[in-house]
Amino acid sequence: MEDLEGELGAMREYHDGGNTRDASWRRAQLRGLLLLLLENQAEIFSALQQDLGKHPAEAYRDEIGSAVKSINYALHHLKGWMSNKKAKLPAVALLTTAAIIPEPLGLVLIISSWNFPIGLSIESLIGVISAGNSVVLKPSELAPTCSSFLARKMPLYLDTKAVRVIEGGPAIGEQLLLQRWDKIFFTGSTRVGRIVMTAAAKHLTPVTLELGGKCPAIVDTLSSSWDKKAAVERILGAKFSACAGQACIGIDYILVEQKFCSALVELMRVNLKTMFGENPKQSRSIARIVNRHHFQRLKSLLDDPKIRGSVVHGGFMDEDDLFIEPTILVDPPLESAIMEDEIFGPLLPIITLNKIEDSIRFLKSRPKPLSIYAFTKDESLQRRILSETSSGSVVFNDALIQYLADALPFGGVGGSGIGKYHGKFSFDEFSHQKAVAWRSFLVDFWFRFPPWNGYKLQLFQNFYEYDYIGIVLTVLGIGKQRAIHLS
Amino acid sequence: MGSEVVEKSGGKASFDVGAAAELVEGLRGAFAAGRTRSYHWRQSQLQGLLKMTEEHEQEIADSLRADLSKPEFESFIYEAAMLKNSCRLALKELKRWMVPEKAKTSVTTFPSSAEILSEPLGVVLIISAWNYPYYLSLDPVVGAIAAGNAVVLKPSEVAPATSSLLAKLVGEYLDATCVRVVEGAVPETSALLEQKWDKIFYTGNGRVGRIIMAAAAKHLTPVVLELGGKSPAVVDSDTDLKVSCRRIIVGKWGCNNGQACVSPDYIITTKDYAPKLVDAFKHELEKFYGKNPLGSKDLSRIVNSNHFSRLSKLLDDDKVSGKVVHGGQRDESELRIEPTILLDVPRDSLIMEEEIFGPLLPILTVTKIEESFDIINSGTKPLAAYLFTNDKKLKEKFVTCVMAGGMVVNDTTVHLAVPTVPFGGVGESGMGAYHGKFSFDAFSHKKAVVYRSFMGDAALRYPPYTSLKLRLMRALITGRLFTILGAIFGLSSD
Repeated sequence: MEDLEGELGAMREYHDGGNTRDASWRRAQLRGLLLLLLENQAEIFSALQQDLGKHPAEAYRDEIGSAVKSINYALHHLKGWMSNKKAKLPAVALLTTAAIIPEPLGLVLIISSWNFPIGLSIESLIGVISAGNSVVLKPSELAPTCSSFLARKMPLYLDTKAVRVIEGGPAIGEQLLLQRWDKIFFTGSTRVGRIVMTAAAKHLTPVTLELGGKCPAIVDTLSSSWDKKAAVERILGAKFSACAGQACIGIDYILVEQKFCSALVELMRVNLKTMFGENPKQSRSIARIVNRHHFQRLKSLLDDPKIRGSVVHGGFMDEDDLFIEPTILVDPPLESAIMEDEIFGPLLPIITLNKIEDSIRFLKSRPKPLSIYAFTKDESLQRRILSETSSGSVVFNDALIQYLADALPFGGVGGSGIGKYHGKFSFDEFSHQKAVAWRSFLVDFWFRFPPWNGYKLQLFQNFYEYDYIGIVLTVLGIGKQRAIHLS
Repeated sequence: MGSEVVEKSGGKASFDVGAAAELVEGLRGAFAAGRTRSYHWRQSQLQGLLKMTEEHEQEIADSLRADLSKPEFESFIYEAAMLKNSCRLALKELKRWMVPEKAKTSVTTFPSSAEILSEPLGVVLIISAWNYPYYLSLDPVVGAIAAGNAVVLKPSEVAPATSSLLAKLVGEYLDATCVRVVEGAVPETSALLEQKWDKIFYTGNGRVGRIIMAAAAKHLTPVVLELGGKSPAVVDSDTDLKVSCRRIIVGKWGCNNGQACVSPDYIITTKDYAPKLVDAFKHELEKFYGKNPLGSKDLSRIVNSNHFSRLSKLLDDDKVSGKVVHGGQRDESELRIEPTILLDVPRDSLIMEEEIFGPLLPILTVTKIEESFDIINSGTKPLAAYLFTNDKKLKEKFVTCVMAGGMVVNDTTVHLAVPTVPFGGVGESGMGAYHGKFSFDAFSHKKAVVYRSFMGDAALRYPPYTSLKLRLMRALITGRLFTILGAIFGLSSD
């Protein structure tokens, strides 16, 4: 960081030299990412264990495995993504061709987050590299082992002149944001998202902001015991087993009909036991809270006696171990921090409604979340959710899996973010779609040039309306004349 | 009432933050009630825009003449006809655009189905420019309406006649509960920018673009910025000289007398070829605009005295004294500047440091035409770049090496009229793109939707985690069937 400007200048020069444009360079870097993951699994597992207490199976599912899948997908589709798209033209555009050519944006800054410190960093790098950009990655300082792993190992697998890791906290982040970038990709909180966008405005830099929000799960009164069990497993998995609820698409709270609530809680208790045993703290299957600050934040959400009283399951906390037990609350007051801020931890409030349809009005009055989950077989409710609420994505009868679907755009709307990525959407997010038209010198309509007169005007009108007969008639002098007389 | 009538009492505008908040609240209510979502609403509004343009062509041309002395021909073709085209295209394609797009799902999420829904963003703000005040104001409105949004349009106060015409016509032809025009200048715009919008679409310059984006950041509002920049035209010696000249002239002086964001800003050609090019320009210019272009009705005037003196300053710069090889006449009282060509201007002159946005055309000369690419890339990325040549290799190199929003080989500005390619800048020339389907997309949120059944869950997704689950997951994700079977039967040592 001694000479940041100088370093970035060198990267820009390297980029402008066209070194990152070839498909072969992009492929080599993607393969480098793949090897980085595959050859260092043990170290990644231990880094994630250390920073977040993630079990290797969870770490593999959410960070290594999903990234490996995405790299393979990108390698498979890269050629198609990079190719020019021919554009259709109307017949009057004689001897003209047009195409959309994807072009790298230049030097990209990725500011990544601590909850999936490997997976989210790699996922965004895949898009940046596929699109032929140079990049500086700033991993989160709150997952220090993972950050230093990336800083140490990435240079061994990737072209260091075009891909750099800069470690550091807010001070370094601030310094990086003062520089001129061609794109900034940020994953994190709304508050910092605003700072990033404000800084980007100074250089007219486009931003992708992957934020969060309170993602609800609407749980309809399910009748079959199979459905109930599947729904509960999926909900608990999506809440407690993805970084202990510290996930932007994790379920934040549940909306359920009053009459179904106690059955749901009961079922959750049973399944929590299957997943995490009698003593969840002993089970290695639940991640830890990232640090003391967040532990305190989560603890204070339960401070209010009214909220404390709404806890129906769990509630055990061990600050030394940064462990919070999977905790379920029923009907905490809506005007409390736990129902106003994103929880980002293993606390799960359940809000009861008279009728499940009331969930739509409930959601409409709140900021747009990154995802809405709905466990229901009722197609009319599904339709209403889709058309009346707004969110980054909607998943019916499951949660989190949208993250794995390469063919779907992943990103928020409103307060939950700007821009989208994954698969081809990542490639597009880090590309400029350059419109190119080629013309021949042969055909020029003589009416294209001044001096202007009514006759030329008439021809233009026919031309724009693709009225070929009109053109002929006008040329022959028998077309209907315009009422407008040019002065 | 379709427009916020700005009561001018003692020159003070009454449209303040409070009025802006009230306006947005009203629109938000209408949007939340779902008024703008139906196909029929969108269709009726697009039809309204089309009808309004058809029925008031002459009035539109009159206001453009008042604001810019725009030749009626240009008004009809580049403003009214272009807008009508946008409306017709949107009306024809809207149903198709609105259909959810099926998406493939992968083995990891099996069994499931997925689609991408285009959802309106909400209430959007469109702040427009003065140079094509009718078309550039309403073309983004077409996209915003097609995508089912409520809209506030703030036309440019620098083209006052068109601004007030827009306020009047939009009030008459469109649904005033969802589409509004707010007239005004900086105070009104500032009041609007304090509100929370779901998208801000701005056409104008980079300085204001930065202000807009910083204001948008407060509410995390996505922006489309349509800016400008110095769009170059490279003219190779292997070209059809007459056709090239004519096409540059219509793109420069034939587009609002150079006051267009896609007009060629300057030319790069070889030292040897420059004299021929200048001669051809002189010849064609005289054919188009006669011997006294200051009096030609086929050229727009400069929009106002501010811009007139800005352009005068560029011409009076010491660094370009003696460089004018054609034109140079000015008439301050009529705000007219003749088509003017400057040869071999130094690169550190004022005219080469800012976007010209007027009828001045500097020519830079190089020894080899390839050098032009480095000159272009050494500056900020322009909105458009043009090349005139017969040389196939040069075309290829131009298309791959030159960074620009869009480009045309052997013509100027025509890419703007092609709705099947995105129109927009990159870097300093802007962010985001529109036209045709791209407009619809610019004002839509692409909502990912996954449908799952309750069947087909693999226990390995859930805790308690075991090494068997880890092995299985690895195998599933990497698609190695034998490892999957091996893991299940406990054979693998992976």
